[in-house]
Amino acid sequence: MTPAYELVVGMEVHAQLLTQSKMFCGCSANAFDTEPNSNTCPVCLAMPGMLPVINRQAVAQTIRAGLALNCTIGAEAVFARKNYTYPDLPKGYQISQYELPQCSDGWIEIDTAHGAKRIGITRAHLEEDTGKLVHADGVSLVDLNRAGVPLLEIVTEPDLRTIEEVNEYLTRLRQLLVTIGVSSGDMEKGAMRMEANISLRPAGSSSFGTKVEIKNLNSFRAVRNALEYEIRRQSAVLATGGQVEQVTMGWLEHAGRTYVQRSKESAHDYRYFPEPDLPPLAVSREWVAELQASLPELPLARRSRFMAAYGLKLADADVLSADRGVADFFEATLQAVGGVVTPHKVAHWIMGDLFRLLNEHNLDRIPIPAAHFAELLQLVARHVINANTGSQVLKTMFSSGESAARIVERENLAQVSDANVLESAVQSLLAAHPDEVARYQAGKTQLLGWFVGQVMRETRGKANPDLVRQLLQKYL
Amino acid sequence: MTRLSADEVQHVAELVKLKLTAAEIELFASQLSAILDYAAQIQEVDTSQVPPTATVLPLRSIMRDDVTEPRLSVDEALANAPNRQDSFFKVHAILDGSQ
Ligand SMILES: [Zn+2]
Repeated sequence: MTPAYELVVGMEVHAQLLTQSKMFCGCSANAFDTEPNSNTCPVCLAMPGMLPVINRQAVAQTIRAGLALNCTIGAEAVFARKNYTYPDLPKGYQISQYELPQCSDGWIEIDTAHGAKRIGITRAHLEEDTGKLVHADGVSLVDLNRAGVPLLEIVTEPDLRTIEEVNEYLTRLRQLLVTIGVSSGDMEKGAMRMEANISLRPAGSSSFGTKVEIKNLNSFRAVRNALEYEIRRQSAVLATGGQVEQVTMGWLEHAGRTYVQRSKESAHDYRYFPEPDLPPLAVSREWVAELQASLPELPLARRSRFMAAYGLKLADADVLSADRGVADFFEATLQAVGGVVTPHKVAHWIMGDLFRLLNEHNLDRIPIPAAHFAELLQLVARHVINANTGSQVLKTMFSSGESAARIVERENLAQVSDANVLESAVQSLLAAHPDEVARYQAGKTQLLGWFVGQVMRETRGKANPDLVRQLLQKYL
Repeated sequence: MTRLSADEVQHVAELVKLKLTAAEIELFASQLSAILDYAAQIQEVDTSQVPPTATVLPLRSIMRDDVTEPRLSVDEALANAPNRQDSFFKVHAILDGSQ
């Protein structure tokens, strides 16, 4: 069944920028898990007469993100005051770039069922975070440790058409920001917080329906759940001839539903005006060029290169380029094996055994040097050990940190490739199993695998399986 | 002559979380109207040939290095708070519709 309505979504993502200090003062940008209100100063507490000073690194990180998102970098950015009253905002206004943002008119590429698609980036601008409220027993408690931490707000055009596209956009955006070192991407610590603007329109229509804004989405899963919920709710309203109201909603993760925070009538009037305490920010071409040069290869470019240079399939190249640490490890290993192991084999070992071990050890960084890994793969490629033993050795490398060669030597794991030794093992096996031999000779050739397994067991897994196979075929 | 309505004054009061009596609304409506009249006079100046500006100062791009500096102690931070609970500022309950 074709759905009667088409989904139209624009996303707003707030990413916490990686800096040492807050946006406008010297308090730490990374100390909000500590005792409440232990990370404040007169500036972020909004004491009268205190003046903000712009953090250069926050501006640099914003421009780097803008460049990676193919944005135009404004020659002059202006901070404005966004006025509203709430206890987590001590000044009574948030300082945010409004009319003249740092970055505008960009795009990011995502994969869809119909191929690559560009999602328009309306703007990416700099602002400051608010404090945190804890609600308890008829009172609210305010912690300002986080107040004033620099945030990058990234706003898309209403270009997303399915929940899968939304998820793909968020995944690619996170990948990009983490790769260029602009954000930690750590969702559990609130490093990325999202808002979705969603509307439905009759399939085939080109005008937009009434949009609803959903706030406080703190995980990709919450975005997906909230959108699914709103699609159901809005479809039901439209299907019965009703009208969707233009409201701002919140998302209750535990209850699995949205709720109305504000109606259009009570919408905030933020009374923006240029921040008189901060002179405009003129960005020189030289600085922008310097920041452009500081960007590493971006994930999608790297993915294309992995396919072209190493002959990897799209799916494999995608996995290997998604994380900068993994991608660097892949290429360092390739360089170290010096052609003895194919890129395909290296990819296979990383995505198989290595990823499995990372999972088991709950690691997000590879704990062994690429040189050690390369040595292991060379030992397998040169038949010093077989692939199964290779997996075992890698496991030991994870826990002991030793090199592969050392482990092979200490545990006497080198593969038995001595034809005489294997020949006698094969002969005694065949002598001990006349029935299986007879069945094999009568045409049940699948038994070959069983014979190989028996010899491997005899030799504690160290036999060269190809040689065993050859010998078995010779004597059977 | 501008004449702000009681509703407009009431709206502005809500934005800044002020509770006003009917007499105060009446008073502020006339005072704010006078201020708007003054602003209207300024708006009569022809600025079509003047580029917009965010500042009257010649300063641009004043930035600081990204380094941390000493912070206040929790007690110093909370010294002026009318109410505190443990290390928090304590305020009246804030509801946003989710409850
Ligand atoms: Zn501070």
